[in-house]
Amino acid sequence: MEKTTIDLWVGIFVAMGFAALLGLAMKVGNLTTTNIGETYMVTANFENIGGLKPRAPIKSAGVVVGRVEGIKLDPKTYEAVVSLNIDKRFSFPKDTFANIYTAGLLGEQYVGLEAGGDENSLKNGDKIIQTQDAVVLEKLISQFLYSKATENDDKPANTAATSTETGADALDASPLDKIGK
Amino acid sequence: MRKIERLLKNLGAGFINKMWRFGAGARLFGLTLVSSGESFRRFRLTIREVYFTGVLSLIIILVSAFFVGMVLALQGYHTLQKYGSSEAIGVLVALALVRELGPVVTALLFAGRAGTAITAEIGLMKATEQLSAMEMMAVSPIARVIAPRFWAGVIAMPILATLFTMMGILGGYMVAVPLIGVDAGSFWSQMQANVDWEYDILNGVFKSLVFGVACTMIALFEGYDAPPTAEGVSRATTRTVVTSSLAVLALDFILTAFMLG
Repeated sequence: MEKTTIDLWVGIFVAMGFAALLGLAMKVGNLTTTNIGETYMVTANFENIGGLKPRAPIKSAGVVVGRVEGIKLDPKTYEAVVSLNIDKRFSFPKDTFANIYTAGLLGEQYVGLEAGGDENSLKNGDKIIQTQDAVVLEKLISQFLYSKATENDDKPANTAATSTETGADALDASPLDKIGK
Repeated sequence: MRKIERLLKNLGAGFINKMWRFGAGARLFGLTLVSSGESFRRFRLTIREVYFTGVLSLIIILVSAFFVGMVLALQGYHTLQKYGSSEAIGVLVALALVRELGPVVTALLFAGRAGTAITAEIGLMKATEQLSAMEMMAVSPIARVIAPRFWAGVIAMPILATLFTMMGILGGYMVAVPLIGVDAGSFWSQMQANVDWEYDILNGVFKSLVFGVACTMIALFEGYDAPPTAEGVSRATTRTVVTSSLAVLALDFILTAFMLG
């Protein structure tokens, strides 16, 4: 079969295409960095997962050790069942603590594992019992406001108590007046 | 009253004509698939067409990719800088190119550079009765002329889109790192942390494959269907660009909705 220059150019063209794909895979994509080999799956129940999504990273001491495989709702307990795919190279004690953290102030959410002290380690299909829910900003704010409000409620009560001690006009000092002040 | 009647008639005729052409295009697509055995048995034919549609489009693809990447980095830096996250420039450039701009802009350029050439070539072959001559010699023009060009387009398009993406990222790097002074390490590491091989890169390649099928098939059909006159061929060439561009943008929306959904 005779070789022509066209064949050569097409060969170069196709080779360049493969090289570019390889470049994308190695240099741009995460094929090399998150190449998790064999994994084992454990589940963890959370009352609230916030904005956690499937494929979110699982980190221990800041190092990525796996990915969130899936999230379901338990129809009986109304808890979120998160299945975690963890690299086989890392084994965690049975009493490992699973938290949901947020990367930065507005970043994505991830599962943080804090190893416990148990001698037995988690196996495929096990369940992490100790979990801590995601911090929901609205809840935090409402808690803060609630505590502020109770502080304010305490103050008028105290002043009212002192005023009853001091004088006769205590009856006139209704709470409405206090709010007005 | 007469005017309205004529308007409605024209509208209906136009719609029926469009549907007829759509059906005829689909039939040609089916015939091409059925009779594409020839283009693989005589692979030399396909390689020749890969040279004309792919290799000769390289210059325009690579140069425009480089500029698109550079502009992306410049524009992105201006906005990201306001939020104090100029290191995210790598992610911005890479995701924009891998997911959208790579496949779409390549397909638009491909329609303009290679699609028009295909339409004009086949239209002229028809006008000079070369296709009829082939039929007279019991050579199927679909197997001999259409199918190799179709497969060449399908092969060339993903390669071109991948090269476009890679070149665009290089262009973005050139602007972001040496020119603006973003740290090279964070440029690449943020990119690697956020671009996914399967969800971003392979989906982008799949998109370009679909665009390749659509663009090449539209160009082939317009050429095959062109009236055998000088005016007919020129109109068919224009229609190729218009229809391919619209098809690419509409398909892009559909594919993106599926991929993100």
